[in-house]
This record gives sequence, structure tokens and C-alpha cells, in this order.
Amino acid sequence: MKLTGAQALIKSLEMQGVEVIFGLPGGAILPVYDPIIDSPIRHILVRHEQGAGHMAEGYAQVTNRPGVAMVTSGPAATNIVTPLANAYMDSTPMVVITGQVATSSIGTDAFQEADTTGITMSITKHNWLITDASEVPEVVAEAFHVATAGRPGPVLIDMPKDVSNQMMDWYWPEAVDLPGFKPTTKGHPRSIQAAARMIKESKRPVLYVGGGVIRSGASSALLALAEKTGIPVVTTLMARGAFPDSHPLCLGMPGMHGNYTAVTAMQKSDLLITLGARFDDRVTGKLAGFAPEAKVIHVDIDPAELSKIRQADIPIVGDVRSVIEDLIEALDKGEAGEMAQFDLAPWISQIRDWQKRFPLTYDREGSGSGLKPQYVIETLSSLTPEGTILASGVGQHQMWASQYWRFEHPNAWVNSGGLGTMGYAVPASIGAKVGRPDKMVWAVDGDGCFQMTAQELVTASAERIPVKIALLNNAYLGMVRQWQEMFYDQRYSEVYLSPDLPDYVKWAEAMGCVALRVESPEEVAPAIEKANDINDRPVVIEFRIDSGEKVYPMVPAGATNDEIVLGPMFGGGQ
Amino acid sequence: MTNVGPAVVPMSLPGGRSARGLSHHVLSVLVENRAGVLARVAQLFSRRGYNIYSLAVAPTDDERFSRLTVVVDLESTPLEQITKQLHKLINVIKITEIDPADAVEQELLLAVVAADVSSRGQILELAGIFGAKVLDVGLERLTLALADTPEKLDGFTELIKVFGLIEVQRSGRVALAKLNRGGGRGGVSRGKAS
Ligand SMILES: Cc1ncc(C[n+]2csc(CCOP(=O)(O)OP(=O)(O)O)c2C)c(N)n1
Ligand SMILES: [Mg+2]
Repeated sequence: MKLTGAQALIKSLEMQGVEVIFGLPGGAILPVYDPIIDSPIRHILVRHEQGAGHMAEGYAQVTNRPGVAMVTSGPAATNIVTPLANAYMDSTPMVVITGQVATSSIGTDAFQEADTTGITMSITKHNWLITDASEVPEVVAEAFHVATAGRPGPVLIDMPKDVSNQMMDWYWPEAVDLPGFKPTTKGHPRSIQAAARMIKESKRPVLYVGGGVIRSGASSALLALAEKTGIPVVTTLMARGAFPDSHPLCLGMPGMHGNYTAVTAMQKSDLLITLGARFDDRVTGKLAGFAPEAKVIHVDIDPAELSKIRQADIPIVGDVRSVIEDLIEALDKGEAGEMAQFDLAPWISQIRDWQKRFPLTYDREGSGSGLKPQYVIETLSSLTPEGTILASGVGQHQMWASQYWRFEHPNAWVNSGGLGTMGYAVPASIGAKVGRPDKMVWAVDGDGCFQMTAQELVTASAERIPVKIALLNNAYLGMVRQWQEMFYDQRYSEVYLSPDLPDYVKWAEAMGCVALRVESPEEVAPAIEKANDINDRPVVIEFRIDSGEKVYPMVPAGATNDEIVLGPMFGGGQ
Repeated sequence: MTNVGPAVVPMSLPGGRSARGLSHHVLSVLVENRAGVLARVAQLFSRRGYNIYSLAVAPTDDERFSRLTVVVDLESTPLEQITKQLHKLINVIKITEIDPADAVEQELLLAVVAADVSSRGQILELAGIFGAKVLDVGLERLTLALADTPEKLDGFTELIKVFGLIEVQRSGRVALAKLNRGGGRGGVSRGKAS
């Protein structure tokens, strides 16, 4: 069968089981948009290419399948650079296809030419410039394999226009042959035994759980390990939902805005059992003072993460689910009675004491003007159905969402962790809803973030993707304002946005959404309930929140986690 | 868009020093012979803040592969991080770490030396002692070539400097692990992982 390169590309995506492409056409990718008309693959036309990338990420975060985005060359390719960098940081599987000028024009500064493979080299797991149509099926198969195998991440295929028009003989490769890409998935048995021994000898262990647990589908294995050993669990920002918040062993989120118990349990621990986490600086605080007495067992599928930041006593390369399963077995096998002597009661009672004395809390009476953002999120969490997916932007609202939402399931939290990309929430929530149409999808967004990517609500209206946005309007780039208040003597520099410019309700309505404005606590629940009932279009609720509210606890930048500031509710911190 | 062709690229990125101190280590990296591989390796070093002291690239006897010989400066980063990050490049097939103490190394030096009638004889004598070749002869200059260990090249340069060095060029180092007298070759090879 003779196909053009463009037809082969679409057919290859079909062979990969792709159900949806997020994209926007243009000159260099034009030939590829023609066969889309005849393909069963759904195409969602975005309003900005950054939206296409974040939608693909949101889709991937809730389905654990690679999201696919397709855009043209030059400015479109550079518009999708941010999502690539974001997906690379958060290990999100994504395949991006970019158009490129004809091979004969590459290097001549042709119209809409950009060195896309060069620009994206350090923010993709790998990228390919196709130079002959016969390579298309092979490269597509390789790209999906690389995006999903080992540590997941984004890949990019650059497709020159003449290659799209070139004829090729269709084939589909039976297997992918990449001699330089052979991820190790099985943990080394001897290391796993050593880890089991170290666990049994520990007195103050903590399961330090990162996003890798979600990517590898290891939640139920983790639950089994925690329940078997009674070891408490902290879930990082990327891992919220990997272990249920309602479980007695769940301590919640550690890190810069983590709760006191999660932060302090790690700090005082004698063994961090690190599962798919990477000792990010937002978790460790000042590294030299981080968990000074802890030994480290570190499990990751990416060997380069082991001992990159913190030296591991037992490094284990492998898929975290498979390693946890093997570890449970190894714990069973050891000498009889060992497990019986493993007594965490004093540690757990210490933890319970911290939890009682230093809970996450805020000023419920609501001094100050405007709604308490924490109250909005608590209410949202309690009024939405079990399994609701929550997306978030980046800023104070993201931290409040992570602190006050109840996370019970994996793949239900869609956020930008490593890169901290403002504007993630709206497009990512749309991608999530496309991936899981059966779930209710809410996004918590900031006014600053909303202004960066709100136009994708036009996409959502046009495509009838009923996402719901809780816009926490504090009239500020709030997180930056908080730093200026606390560390720059309240000298506010370029952080004021205004509460009513733009008029968010009018704007949302103009984009085809139902829009509500909520200013008093009594209106919060009814507005959420009203939004929950709308299923044929997007909804935006603008919550007017207290501009002065800050995120606590906080470990100031550069401080150790021992210097955690609890905030005014505990009589300290401003 | 060209393949990694035969090239010998001497590089001195920030931090690279002329002294071949103990902080240098040689990585022999087998890569797929494909477009852009050299760029990927170079960008990885630059983005992660690793220092390349010198780099030599050439095809191997198997045309599917090229070999990069990278002399890395270990002051900034542990070798283990560098090799692990290199391994993450899809086009990297195999990395052999060669400790300079367990390696045979060669580097090429080309030098243009001022050589008038009075000094020419002495220069040729020195060249003879070191085994350098005369590549080109001008009225008042000689171009010499010497392939040897980096230390020998240093020594030779030191001596001919006295006569007036007009131009010097050195290639990056190429190295192989010393042969194990019991059979086989030394060096620590690392297989691939994700
Ligand atoms: C693209 C981008 N630009 C700048 C920043 C720096 N930054 C982090 S949070 C923040 C403020 C976000 O404001 P808003 O969306 O209103 O959220 P709030 O903190 O007020 O809840 C800024 C500017 C960023 N993370 N991303
Ligand atoms: Mg704000």
C-alpha cells in the first residue's frame, strides 16, 4: 500500500491507539491535517499551542497514557516548548508532532523555520527529525515506546513538509529496536533484601512517596506495604492521591508548604524509604540540614536520580511497583520473629502528638476581607463526588488546593510540580476531562494564571468539554506578593492585578461558559452545587478571596526544615 | 544534518585547565552514528554544568557507530552522575570509564616552529629524539607532528618553545584501557538503563 508520509503519520498514530490529538494547523503541517478528516482520531482545535501541550499533559496525568499534540513549525513549535519542559520535569508521557519546513530549506532561515529539535533537545527524552517518509512508522513506534517506557516523559517528532508529501510503502514495525534504550524494571534482589533488613532495623521510618508511584501504578502495592509495616506515608505535591489522605498512616504533603507533621516526621526520621521521589529542593529545604539522621533507601526507575541529590544507602533501580511487591515478599521471608519485634508504637505516638498540636489550620472566623480560600477548597472538596479530578495552576491557590483538598485516588490530581507553570490549570483540566469524560473535573486557578491561558475555555465551549473552574481571585500575583510581604519588607513590586479588571464573569460568559461570582461564605456551597449540575458547557466561579491570606506553614527559602514557620494561628510568623 | 564524521575537536570549556591533573577522567562512549548525536552530548554537558576538557569523535570499524573519547573534568561533578546522565541519551550505546592510570592514551600535536639555519639542526635533533615527524618545511619554519601521550606532548612543547613557537594545535585525547595480561581488556563498562 502506497501512502504519503502524512497519511502514514496519521495511520501510525491510529496503530498506537491514539484517540485524541490536541492541535492547531499551519503551513508546514498542512499535509498532515488532510488525512485527519478521514481518521477516527478526534482532533481538538486549541486557541494557543501552549494549550495543546498542557491538554496533552492533563490527558496523560489522568489516564497514564501518552497525550498527543500536533502543531506547525516555527512559532507554533516554540509555543509548545513550555509544555515540553513541564512534562519533562514531571515525567509525563507526551508525544508532540511539529511541522517543519521542507528538508531542502532547513538551515536557510526559511519562513517559519525554527531549529525545533535543537531547541527541545534538553526538554525531551528524545526527538526525531524525519528525513524520509519511509521512516515514519518506525519513528512513531519508537517515539511512543520512549515516551512511556522507563521513566516516562515527552518526545517530539519534527516532520518536514516535503516528507509529509513524499510517497512510501506502508508497513508497521513488529518491534522497536533501540539498542541504547533498555530500561531496568526489576529491582536487584540483593538490594531488596538489604532494604528489607534496613526497614526492620529502623525505629522512625517514613515512606517518602513521589510522583513515580502514580506513574508506575503502584498505589495498591504501596497501600499493602504501608499496612503491612505500619510505616507512615508522606505524599509529595506530585504524589497527592498516591496514598489516601483519609488513611490513618497518611501524613499528607511535606516540603516548603507541607504540614508540620509531614515535614517534621521526615526531619526526625532514621530511615527514608524513598519511592519514585527525587529530593526536590522544595521538599528538602536547605539540603545540608535535611533529615540529618536518616538513612536512605531510594527506589527509582531512573538510575540518574539515585544519589543525585542525597546519597542513598541502598539505591535500587527499578519500576517502583515491581520493587514494592518484591520488598513485601522480602519482608515476609526474613527470620521468624523479626517482623514481630518491629515496633513503631513510640514513633507513631510521637507523630500523633505532632498532628494534634500542629494541624493544618486557618482563621475560620475570617478576619480580613473576602472569602478564605481554604474554606472554598474544603467546601469544594466536600461537595464534589468521589473520584472528582482536580487540576490546579501555580501559586498560593495551588498550595491551598494541595493542603485542603482530600486526595483519595491516584491520577486525580493534575498539577505542574517541577516547572511550576502558571496557566496550567485551564488547558490541563480540559485534557483531563477528555481523557476521563466519566469523571467530574474541577480546576482551582489563580487570577494571574487564569489570564495566561483562559482562552482555552473557548476550546472547551466549542468542543463541549464541561470543565469547572474555581477561580480564586485575590487581585494579586499572590505567591509573589507573599514573598514580598515576608522577605522584602512589604515592598510590593509589580504584583497587583486588580479584582475587577478584567471582569471575569463577563469574560467567561463571552467564552461560552456559565459564570458566577461569589463574595460571601453563604454563597459558596450553592454556587458549587449549581456548577456541579451543569454538564453541557464549562463553568467558571469567581471567588473573591482575601488578598492578604498567606500560605502556611512555610519553610523560608534557604532555611532548613527545622525552621518551619507555622503562621499567625500558632502565635508566630506574620 | 550530516553524520558524526571523522573529526578531532579539541575543546576547552570553562574550567578546563591545561594541567592534566588527577581530576581528569576519560570516558570512551560508543554512540549511534546519527545526525545530531554530538550536539546531544555537548548540550548535555553544557546544560548540566559538566566540564569537557577535550573531546575526540570518529567513526568505528562498524559504520553504525561512532566513538567519542571525552576527557571530563571531575571537579564539578562526580563521574557517576555524568555517566548516568549520558546513558539517558537514547543514542548512547555503551560507556567505558577509563582511569588514566589504567589507560593507553595518544594525542596529536602539530607545531610550527621558527627554524632558521642556525637552529634547524637542533630542532631536527629534538624531533628525532621524540619521534616527531617533519610535515612541512619553509624557509625559516618547520611544521612538526608528534603523536604520543599528553605528557610527552607537554615535554616536547616545553623544549621546542625555546626556538620560537609560531602555532600549536593539539587534538583531543583518544584512549583505550590497558590490556589485561591475563587476557581481555580492563576498564569499567556500564550497560544501559533508562
Ligand atoms: C509562567 C510563570 N511565570 C511566572 C511565575 C512566577 N510565579 C509563581 S506564582 C506566581 C503568582 C501566581 O498568581 P495567581 O495565579 O494569581 O495565583 P495566587 O498566587 O495569587 O494564588 C508567579 C508570578 C511562574 N510560576 N510561572
Ligand atoms: Mg492571585
